[in-house]
This record gives sequence, structure tokens and C-alpha cells, in this order.
Amino acid sequence: MPTRTAAVASRVGLHARPASLFVQAATATGLAVTIARAGGVPVDARSILLVMGLGARHGDEVVLEAHGEGAETALDALVQLLQTDHDA
Amino acid sequence: MTPARWPGIGVGRGAAIGRVVQLAPPVRPPVDEAAGDPVRAMAQVRTATGAVAGALRDRAAGTDATTAAVLEATALMALDPSLLADVEARVEQGVPVTHAVDAAVERFCAVLIAGGPVLADRVTDLRDVRDRLVARLLGVPEPGLPVLTGPTVVVAADLAPSTVAAFDPRLVVAIVLELGGPTSHTAILAAELDLPCLVRVAGARTMPTGALVAVDAAAGTTVLFPDASVRAAVARRRTARATGRTATSGPGATRDGTPVRLLANVGTVADAVAAAGRDVEGVGLFRTEVLFLDRTVAPSEAEQADAYAAVLAAFGERPVVVRTLDAGADKPLTFTAGEPEVNPALGRRGLRTAARFPDLLDDQLRALRRAADRTGTEPWVMAPMVATAAEARWFADRAHAAGLPTAGAMVEVPAAALRAGAIAATCDFLSIGTNDLTQFVMATDRAAGSLAELLDPWQPAVLDLIAATGAAGRSAGIPVGVCGEAARDPLLALVLVGSGATSLSMAAPAVPAVRSALSRTDLTTCTAMAAAARTAESAAHARAAVEAMADPDLLDGR
Repeated sequence: MPTRTAAVASRVGLHARPASLFVQAATATGLAVTIARAGGVPVDARSILLVMGLGARHGDEVVLEAHGEGAETALDALVQLLQTDHDA
Repeated sequence: MTPARWPGIGVGRGAAIGRVVQLAPPVRPPVDEAAGDPVRAMAQVRTATGAVAGALRDRAAGTDATTAAVLEATALMALDPSLLADVEARVEQGVPVTHAVDAAVERFCAVLIAGGPVLADRVTDLRDVRDRLVARLLGVPEPGLPVLTGPTVVVAADLAPSTVAAFDPRLVVAIVLELGGPTSHTAILAAELDLPCLVRVAGARTMPTGALVAVDAAAGTTVLFPDASVRAAVARRRTARATGRTATSGPGATRDGTPVRLLANVGTVADAVAAAGRDVEGVGLFRTEVLFLDRTVAPSEAEQADAYAAVLAAFGERPVVVRTLDAGADKPLTFTAGEPEVNPALGRRGLRTAARFPDLLDDQLRALRRAADRTGTEPWVMAPMVATAAEARWFADRAHAAGLPTAGAMVEVPAAALRAGAIAATCDFLSIGTNDLTQFVMATDRAAGSLAELLDPWQPAVLDLIAATGAAGRSAGIPVGVCGEAARDPLLALVLVGSGATSLSMAAPAVPAVRSALSRTDLTTCTAMAAAARTAESAAHARAAVEAMADPDLLDGR
């Protein structure tokens, strides 16, 4: 299954606005995307509550996973989003 | 419509006119709710989540980027698929729909809390979403204010201080409460914001939404459908207050030149910045607990240092008296939670909480030292709810050890006032908190509005203890401040000065009237007023005796 690893670039970590943007983008893919802390349990990337509940901070690595048509491209776009500092 | 007069107890001296907006409290899931058809229930939940998210996004449209981002994240919470799945699982097990929403939300609150302190505010947002969903599902109005379009008088059964703090001061011009008491924390905050406030207004919740209403805090009346003469009277009061404010300025002093520092009470950085812009000589009470309330873990030393530095920087050279965390049984915090107490006002609170969690106090003292270094200031620090000299010494030693040379004790417990000499020997200053002192001396709950007559700082028994504290401070050669609501009553302020108070701290908007009263009265008159008030047989007689001795100009326009 396609997976990607990315470091959270936003200085506030993966909550507030960066989390909103990520969840909206994950939902827009139409795929069942999951996100996990490195070595942690994957959660639904379309759930802002579970995504914020990861408590991922600036610089933490997260693992994305998706399957289905277009999964590779979708994951690349989500990685791009995570690697952008949305508080800048 | 004919004008209708609704009496209550006024807080502060302001007056204002606006239109009634009723603020409903959040509705809880009904205990007798029946479980319905799961499919139909989930359809209702989806409609409700869509409507709540839609309303939040509509609100986001008119706000700044930061607020809009928070509202968007909150809207996404309402639409969260995991939350919805959790609600659905519960509904399918036969849980009634609003109870299912409530339980699902609490489960996700636990997830957020586990995610760390930075998410604590999101827990508040999620519970707000829950309140909105439950209201929609029950077909009652969503809690919270609607979008305001003009001068508004908010009417409610009671309000949390945090709700009042969030009001837009450009639009909310007054508050009318059916419950509450004149020294409740909400009333105090309203005074600090210079919002005319009336409490104990029977039947206020039946005032029609949209009706014009005049609120006069000094007169203690609300007039529904005010006629031209009432409207003119409110306008006169507003002008008179504005003029009184500018009549005198600068440091406080009696007519014969005895200095009395006039200070502001503040609770947040925003309060402090607002107060610093006024003609006040510093801060006599910085309530630090506001930083701690609604939090799941204590703010870090660094976060506290930032907040304290912002307050100290706002006042620069002017002195700031910081009160350490005043929380516990009366103002519960999740991280200091003890057993629920039957009598929280008399329980583990104030310094008693610090004695149980000394790390919390030490963090706070270190944060304050850091803030002082960063701003080049020397804040004073004081402990709430001191009952014995040993407690005062314990606190002062800890503050001195943290590098804070000026440590004081609040005198709020009658035992502390009776033994003020012993306490004065252990610390660097005293500060009388008249609200709690009155509550304890008169054995009258601060929240019991129906006993307001007993809960009056003019009670001679209260004045006796204030005088005892003043005398103890004078003998020890240390300052004695007053930082309760008593200090903002101009006549009572004269009595306090006559009882030995060297500074008075109050809601900043009250300072000009007190300054003006002091400037018209000699210290010897203040002393004579204090003596007369203490020999009176009741609070009303005490006040009447002092009025008879006051400069007649002082009584005009009150």
C-alpha cells in the first residue's frame, strides 16, 4: 500500500489551521487516507479530532497511507501540504 | 408601550440604553429522552451537524484571519466523520440521540486532552459544538449571542465570567441578570469593563427580545420601554460621569496632601493593557488565576512568564502587585482537583491549594522572576486566603527564595485581620480583600444575592477588622492596601483611608470618582468618618453618618 513519511513543518504543530487545511485536503482526495505518528496507530486523516489528537508537533514525523486509484499522487500532495509552514 | 421599571442591585455607577438580547444557557440532554428509530435519529444528527458547521462558517466570514481559522476548525469538528461514526454506534445500541452526541463528544475530548496542553482550547470548542448540536436536536435556540447589530443589553439568568469577557465592548452596553450577586466574579468583571450591570432582577428572562431598555446601575433600575425623560436622564448620567473623570487627575491624595495610591485590579493581559492606558498609579491586584481557568494542565513556566511580562511591561515604572493562584475548591482546576467539598468557600483554596501543590506556586514565582528580569521591573507578590502568621511566613520565605523581595499577605480571613500584627511581622505588606472578608465576617455566601444586605462592606463588624489591619500595618511600618470592591465606593474609600489604607485598588473605571472624593477630604476627616462608621449600629447608619460628614459636592451626581 502506498505510504509516505513527512515531517510537520508548521511551527504550531498539526493543530488549528494546519490541521484544518490537512483534513480538508485529505477529505477532498475521496480516498480513505490514514495518518500516524511514526510507529503509532494510524487514524482517519479526514477526522480533525483524531488528527489533532495525535499531538504531532513541529518537526515530528508522520506516516500517511492510502490505497485506491490516484493514491500515489494524492499522498504526494498531502506530503507537500504537511511540509509547508502554514503559520509563516 | 408604557415604561416598566424592574428593580435590581446595581454594580458600578454607569448607565446605558440598548436593545434586549436574551442569552440562553446551554441545554443538557434531557434525562427522560427516549431512544428513537436509529435511522431517523442519524438523519437528524446529519442535519444538525451541517447546520452548526454552516452557522460557524457564516460567522467566520465576518472576522479576522485568526478567528476565522478557529471557527473553520470548529466547523470541521462538527462535521468530523469519526465523531459521527461514534454517535451512530451509540444510537444503534439504543442510546437516545442527544445522550449519544454528549457521550461521543466526551470521548473525543479525552482524545484531545491526551494530545497535550496545546489542545485544551480545542476541548472548549468541541464542547461548544456539542451544546449547539444538542440545542439543534432538541429544537431550541443555540446557546451564545446572535450576531449583534447595535447597542445591546444582554439579559440572562446568570453568566460565566469567561462569557462576559468575550463580549464585544462596542456592542454590548449593559448586562441584566436574574441571579448573581453584587460581588460575584461576573459582576466584578463587568465593573472592570465599565459595563453597567444589574443583578437580582426578578423575571428579567421574560423581557422581550428586541425591546429598548435603559439600565442605570447607580440607581439599581432597569426601565423597559423608556420614555423621553428616562432616556434624557441616562444621557445626563453618562455626561456627568465623563465630566467627573476628567475633573481631577494624577496620583491620589487627600485634600491635605496625604498620598493614597490609586491602583487598578486586572485579570488578563488585555485588562492590563486597557488599565495601563488610564490614569492609574499601578496595579493593586493582578489575578493570575484567569490564566489557569479552563485549562486541563497548568500553563508552563515559560507561558506564564510571557503573560506576566506583558502585564509588567504595560505598567513599566508603575508598581504591580501580583496575587498568586487563587483557585481550589471555590474555583476548581482540573490539575488541582481534590475531593468535592460541601463548603468550597471554606475549603482548600487560595494559599491552601499552593500548600498542597507547592510546585505550582514555585513555577509561578519563578515565572514572575523571569518576567521581572525581562522587563526590568520589581513586581510585588501576595498570597490569597492567608489565615495564620505561619502561612504568611511560609509564603514570604518561598517568594524571597525565588528572588522576589516584596512579599505580602492578603487579609480576607477574619483570623488574619484579628492577628494582623503577627502576620505583619512576617511579610512586607498587607492587602485587604474586602469581598471575601465580608463574606466570612458576616457568614454570608458571596453568591447569595438575596442576602445582599448582610453582604455589605459598610457593616461595622467588617470596618472594625479593616481598622485593626490598618493599625497593625502602621505599627509594623508596612503598606496596607485594599483591593476589594469596597475601594470603588467613593464614600467608603474615605473610610478605608481613615482606617489606615495606604493604597486603594479597584476596577480601573472607578478610579476617577475615588480620586475626586479624596481630593475634597482631609485625612483627619477620613479618620473621623472611620470612627463614626464603626460606632454606627448598622451598615445603613454607618453610611448615613459618613454622608453627613462628606463634602456636599461629593454627594451630587452620585
